[in-house]
Amino acid sequence: MAAPKKNGMQTVWFQNPPVIIATASIVGYREGEGPLGKTFDLVVQDTYYGEKTWEKAEQRMLQEAMQKALEKAGLQVKDIDFMLAGDLLNQIITANFTARVLGIPFLGLYGACSTMYEGLALGAMLIDGGFAEKVLVGSSSHYNTTERQYRFPTELGNQRPMTAQWTVTGAGAAVLAREGSGPVITHATIGKVVDLGQGDSMNMGAAMAPAAADTITCHLQDTARQPDYYDLIVTGDLGAYGKKLAEQLVTQYGYNISDRFTDCGILIYSAAQDVHAGGSGCGCSAVVTCGYLIDSLKTGKYKRLLGIGTGALLSPCSVQQGETVPGIGHAVVIEMR
Amino acid sequence: MQFFWAFVIGGALCVIGQLLMDLTSYKFTPAHVLVTFVSVGAVISAVGLYQPLVNLAGAGATVPLTGFGHLLAQGALNGVKQNGLLGAFSGGVAAAAAGITAAVVFGYLAALTFRPRG
Repeated sequence: MAAPKKNGMQTVWFQNPPVIIATASIVGYREGEGPLGKTFDLVVQDTYYGEKTWEKAEQRMLQEAMQKALEKAGLQVKDIDFMLAGDLLNQIITANFTARVLGIPFLGLYGACSTMYEGLALGAMLIDGGFAEKVLVGSSSHYNTTERQYRFPTELGNQRPMTAQWTVTGAGAAVLAREGSGPVITHATIGKVVDLGQGDSMNMGAAMAPAAADTITCHLQDTARQPDYYDLIVTGDLGAYGKKLAEQLVTQYGYNISDRFTDCGILIYSAAQDVHAGGSGCGCSAVVTCGYLIDSLKTGKYKRLLGIGTGALLSPCSVQQGETVPGIGHAVVIEMR
Repeated sequence: MQFFWAFVIGGALCVIGQLLMDLTSYKFTPAHVLVTFVSVGAVISAVGLYQPLVNLAGAGATVPLTGFGHLLAQGALNGVKQNGLLGAFSGGVAAAAAGITAAVVFGYLAALTFRPRG
């Protein structure tokens, strides 16, 4: 017998759609200078954020974003049943150290850059499953910590090809609740790991695009909806090249999404900022969703959106050993009711 | 005239390195360039073709990584002349000692003095 709240192959639906009662976002100076600069709660000018290392700075950003989300919801730490968070650093230290400070029962997540959407999907399941009243979700990334972790220390001044994306410095957090006012999460489509053999770690958008296209298509099939049900279909961090590729793949699969399809990695920077293919990182979809997208739902600019957090599931070691880059995409439907 | 050749030869060597990265969409990484340039420089030097380049272009040939390979190869050859076979192992690094030590010392001083801004 199929699970009562499962719809099709990969999609779950929520009987009492959990509400996103508050969100918060903190970003670095480059994101603050971008087109969405005004939609963030705080723009931090110093890449160290007054800390000794970039890792500490990232941790502080995630912590403050989560605290800010609680504050906006008028809640305290003790009101939260579970915290779901993740980041890009080894052993997800940013999320772990933030959970150490907040002291909320914690489930650490790793979905690479899809982590925010993985968290939203799981948080909504916890609430609609009756296991929690309120869940705090967050994720973060930092340009300099990510470069150090995945590529080269920035001190090396390494060159970046035009397909490379710029890791967003920022943290986003959202409070999900069983009741309250705000946009609601009605469905989630859990992605499969898809790998079409793209092995270039400097072109992550192309590596993630097949997974995003797979999840979008599967979501539309599972829900028997057409793309025009949504005002916006937005991926996490495919960047310029990945977005184009995902669009082509979805068209091949029989859906036309091009008139309502965009990507957080494209939205967050302007062309003049010369970040090459766009933004990336856990923080990218987190801050754009927790800032601009949720704002747009609240102001009525959009009514229904399909967000797809996209992750490239590589490690520095796997790249050095010549492995290809698998991707994943988790979709969440957020609607204003 | 040596300035001209230093510019042309030094620049040409760097263009080769840049093209190796650009034309392979960076699958050929800076680390690959480093190893390849040092190795190729050593081989060219060993067959006697690098010294004429140094005579022509001066620092234009000695400063790029191929020049480091040249230094290693010539050091090893001189080492053999002075100390026999063992010199092949010690000569190269002995000849490059000034460069290696300078890299360590100035790298350390820079790390002490500056903080990367990111």
